[in-house]
Order: sequence, then structure tokens, then C-alpha cells
Amino acid sequence: MSAVIDTHAQDHHHGPAKGISRWLFTTNHKDIGSMYLMFSFAMFLLGGSMAMVIRAELFQPGLQIVEPEFFNQMTTMHGLIMVFGAVMPAFVGLANWMLPLMIGAPDMALPRMNNWSFWLLPCAFLILVSTLFMQGGAPNFGWTFYAPLSTTYGPPSTTFFIFAVHIMGVSSIMGAINVIATVLNMRAPGMTLMKMPLFVWTWLITAFLLIAVMPVLAGVVTMMLMDIHFGTSFFDASGGGDPVLFQHVFWFFGHPEVYIMILPAFGAISHIVSAFSRKPLFGYASMVYAVGAIAIMSFLVWAHHMFTVGMPLAGQLFFMYATLLIAVPTGVKVFNWVTTMFRGSLSFEAPMLFAVAFIILFTIGGFSGLMLAIAPADFQYHDTYFVVAHFHYVLVPGAIFGIFASAYFWLPKWTGYMYDETLAKTHFWLSFVGMNLAFFPMHFLGLAGMPRRIPDYALQFTNFNMISSVGAFMFAATQLLFLFIVVKCVRGGEKAPAKPWDGAEGLEWTVPSPAPYHTFSTPPEVK
Amino acid sequence: MAHDTETSQPLRRSNSRVIAWCLSGVVGMFAFGFALVPLYEVFCEITGINGKTGGRYEASAVQQVDEDRTVRVQFLASNGPGMTWEFRPVVRSVDVHPGEVVTVNFYAANGTEEAMVGQAVPSLAPSEGTLYFHKTECFCFNQQPLDAGESVEMPLIFIVDRDLPEHITKLTLSYTLYDQGKPVNVSRTDRVQTKTNNNG
Repeated sequence: MSAVIDTHAQDHHHGPAKGISRWLFTTNHKDIGSMYLMFSFAMFLLGGSMAMVIRAELFQPGLQIVEPEFFNQMTTMHGLIMVFGAVMPAFVGLANWMLPLMIGAPDMALPRMNNWSFWLLPCAFLILVSTLFMQGGAPNFGWTFYAPLSTTYGPPSTTFFIFAVHIMGVSSIMGAINVIATVLNMRAPGMTLMKMPLFVWTWLITAFLLIAVMPVLAGVVTMMLMDIHFGTSFFDASGGGDPVLFQHVFWFFGHPEVYIMILPAFGAISHIVSAFSRKPLFGYASMVYAVGAIAIMSFLVWAHHMFTVGMPLAGQLFFMYATLLIAVPTGVKVFNWVTTMFRGSLSFEAPMLFAVAFIILFTIGGFSGLMLAIAPADFQYHDTYFVVAHFHYVLVPGAIFGIFASAYFWLPKWTGYMYDETLAKTHFWLSFVGMNLAFFPMHFLGLAGMPRRIPDYALQFTNFNMISSVGAFMFAATQLLFLFIVVKCVRGGEKAPAKPWDGAEGLEWTVPSPAPYHTFSTPPEVK
Repeated sequence: MAHDTETSQPLRRSNSRVIAWCLSGVVGMFAFGFALVPLYEVFCEITGINGKTGGRYEASAVQQVDEDRTVRVQFLASNGPGMTWEFRPVVRSVDVHPGEVVTVNFYAANGTEEAMVGQAVPSLAPSEGTLYFHKTECFCFNQQPLDAGESVEMPLIFIVDRDLPEHITKLTLSYTLYDQGKPVNVSRTDRVQTKTNNNG
């Protein structure tokens, strides 16, 4: 390490700048990564509190707490904030922190753009959240903003929503370009593509997905903007347009988007399972190819979100079989994780608990996805709580547990201190129980026919909704514990060694904990 | 920083190459999003899905009428949002033989106090039959202006193709009439040929 410090002694003195300018003007990947993670957690709490409004209203049948209009705004904003504000920025934050450390690079390839792509995000979400206080209220058409609900019948604030989506799209695209440039150009000598850690691989593929689909999202909101303000008729039947076209274009973005939210978690989980099994990952190459296959196939299945629009039989069959086919590479990954654990020397610290829960619960979410993929059955499940149960099972114990696992796994590296293991395990078990209580009954509600996005429901759904609300409150309260654990870990605790997990592999564990402000100024040699 | 001068030069070059490739990907995919619009139109027209009936049909040769087969064609008429005209088919349904040239009328009346323009948009169910339903003349090809209190019977001339799949015995043609605002101030004779939206 002294070599690193020597190099910098010759250069002008480096260290974080003081005060607010450190954060405003920083080009340091660790600072930007931390900001991304903090922003994402703030959005997680905001989106979560909106979910609490939803669950409080649904605790009993009838209208108790909010008006139906406001309820719709809550479901819409909850979805948008969680997808674009919480999950995606969290993974970009992890990428910023870990990619340079994992590939032995001194920083991201385009540090100034990195700063810009972060600071666009608070601007975008300031605009989005401000719509709550506008006349006519926030967007209320669901996070999928189907036309004509969002064009002809949307509130005036829809224009602000469109602008916010444009800005967050630009931010995501810049982040993706940065990841691609970093991974392709800045790997340490000797680190060939097939020697890259899996988190780097999954992020590289995610970045390609982002570049491919974020512009399509920008395109579809631009079309909406033109329909609303410039008299075009992309989605307006009276001018020769077609509302179904909206769904096609939206889901052409939307389906790869769901893989954008899960692939980086796949990568992180692979590291964690291998570290706490004290075995190298089983089937590294097949993991890489599986992620690639999932990414490519994600472009061929979008219409499984819209089986009920009146598609011809051939179309339904194609999208059904293509969707079922994705289970194959996903299955390869799940079996590889399980095989990695098989006869390993397992220990269950908090990252591993979250990782194992990820594997089990994500698989449940995957199976309900397979049920939904079956076109004839989907007509029964479409737009019911079964769909809500499905995507919360892949996003909460999938993406979010993946982020928690990563956070606990790398917190010692970030802060230099060990987190409080007892509290972390408490956080896990409360999250695990709360999350399952909240989302498992939704399967039954959906199968029994409760539609999604409604503020009121028939009496027979009461018990499951109450259980679900109690679970949701429990899950949400538990996340404040996570905040406490992280703050406690930042402020002090047991000193973390450079490599706190004895089974962990990778360049990030060769630098001291906490990782110095500048690392790998001299590239390490990878054999 | 000796190593910097050695490595950063080629690196910076390849960074700009990566950025250029990525940006062209971004621009390309943005354009592709818009290209999906005409692609979708063409795809729907070729496959006949979505119930979008085609434009004016030019019969290449007079088809033989298949007297043995009868297909019932039902007509529906409804108004788009904000449209106040009275709009209905003159007959609710007709029984036709495939190959036969059939004329039916739709009635529209402007009950408001001012001149308006309407445009009807058709949709056919089941969509499987779309490719076999030909309109040689349709009021939906043009916009229809009506003065205050004026009414009109609008013609539709169609042929059900002899190749209509056997299992289809009933076709439902539905029109939605949309408000297209006030007519542009032109002489009455010109007004009949207002612009074509070409939406079939």
C-alpha cells in the first residue's frame, strides 16, 4: 500500500475536500457511490411510506384514510420511486463503489460524467415528488402509465412526470456508459473478461440493457408529451393512433427493465454465496452465459405483460414459450448457487442469510412468474393481486435483499468497522417474516379474484389484507433498524481487517478497510 | 506520475471510442422506439390483427358470389369522448353471401348549434376476419362535416371475401365517431373532400 501513497505524495495532495463541496463537485467513485446509496435509501423510505398509506387503507374494506384519487397517486408514485429511485440507484451506487475496486482501477473511466449522472437524480425526483403538491395531484395512472389513461385522462402534472422520466433516463444512460467504459478499458493487467468477478459481469450486461431500453422509455414518454401538447395521435384512436401500441413500446422497455433490477443482485449474490460457503463459485462460465442469455431473451418476451389485449393465438404462443424458456438460464443460476453451497463450510452471517433468503424467495417469485407466463391461465391472474405478489416476490427478496446482502457484505470495506451482527440478524429475521407476511397472502387474494390498484375491496378479502398490512408495517419499521445499523457502523465499532470474511475472494479485499480515498493508483497484477 | 503518461493516452482514446459506440446505441434505440410506430402499423396491416380494417379495396376482378354460404355482418356505432352527434347504423345487421357487393348506410345528425367535423374509425371483430373484409367505399375514409342541425346518411360498400375462414359465421363492424373540431372555412363543394386521415 505504501507504493500507492508514494505515488500520490509526488502529485498534489489528495484527500476529500471539506464541507459541502466535497459532495457537490466530487469525482471520486467512492464518494459518488456513497451518495447513490444514501439517495437510494432515502427514496426507499419515501416509496415505503407511500406503501404504508396503501396498506393502511387496505387494512379494512371501505374507505377509511384516503380518497381513491390519492390512493391511485400513492400506488403510482410508490412504483415509480421504488423502481427508478430506490432499486436502480442502489445498484449504480454499488457499481460505483465496487467495480473499480474489483477490477483494480483507480476510479471510474468518466469521473466527471459520474458526478453529473448522480446529481441529475435528485433533480428528477424533486420534480417527480413535487407533482404531489400540484393542482390535480400527482400522476395517478399506475407506474406503467398506460395511454390513454396518462395522455387523455392524466392530470396536468403528467408533463412534469414526463420531464422527470427524461432526466432519470439521461442519468441512467450516463451511468451505463460509465460502467461499460470502466469495465472495458480499466481492468488491471491480466484480468481477462472471463476472469472478471461476476458482479462486474452482471453489471456490464445490465449496462448494455440500460443503453438498449432507456432510450425507448424516453421515446415513449416523448410520444406521450407530443400527444398531450402537440396534437399528434400516437396513442389516440380518433387521430388514427392506437393505445395498444403504447403497451408494446412501454413493455419493450419494461421487460428488460425488470432484469436491469435483478441482474446486478445475481452478481453480488454469487460472491456472497461463494464467500460464506468457503468454496469457489460453481460453474462460473455457465453463470456468465446464463446472464447473457437472460439479457438477450428479455427482448423477446415483452408481450407476456399484455396477453389480454386481444393478441392472435400465434403471438400468445410465441410469447408464452419464449417466457418459459427464460426459466432455463435462471434455473442454471439457482442450481449453481445451490451447488456452490453443497458440502461447503457454511456460516450464516447477515449477508449470507440475505443471500440464502434471496435464492429461496426469488425462486418462489420466479415460479409465480411461470404461472403468469402461461397465456391461458394469465387471463385469470391478469391485473389481480397475484401479479402484485409475483413482482414483489422478485423485487423485495430479490433486488432489495440482494442490496441488503451486498451492503452488509461490503460495509466493513466501506466504513472500516464491522457492523453489529446481532442487530443485522434481527434486521434479517424481521424483514424476512414481515416481507413474507405482507406478500404471501397476496397470492391467495389474487387467485380469489381481488383486482390490483383498488382502494376498497369485497368483504371476503378482509383477513388476508389485514395479515398483509401487518406484515408490511413490520417490514417497513424494520428498515429503520437498518438505518440505525449502518449509522452505528459508520460511527465506529470493531475494527475491520482488510478481508473480514475468510472465504471472500477478489481484489477489493486486498486494499485496507476502510478503503483509502484513492486505491489502485498503481494497477495490481492479476494472475 | 510516470506510468500515467504511458497508459492514459491510449486509454483516453479508447474511452472516447466506447462513448461514441454507446451514444450511437442510445440514439439508435431512441429512433427505434419511434420506428416501432410504423412497424406496428405495417405489422397490423399485414396480419390483420387488432381489428384494423384496411383502406379502400380495389377489386381486381369481380368475385363470384358464394350463394351456399351466409355470413351475418353486424354494425355498431358509438361516439368518442365529447361527441354529441346522433350516430347509428340504418340497419343493425345484414346477412350477406361471400363475394357479394353490399351497400349499407349509417345515419349521423349534428344536433348542436354549430358546424362540426366528425371522423369515424372502424374496428372489426373477430380480428381474424379483418383480412377478409373489404371496403370499396366507406365514409370512414374521409372526415364528415355537418352544419348545425344537419343530418346525413353515409354509405359503406363492402365485400366479404370468399376466402373467409369457414368457422367465422358472424362479423361485427364497429365505428367510433370522433369530434374533429370546427370545419375549416371553405366553400361547401370543397368541404366534402376534406383531408383523409387514411386510417381505413
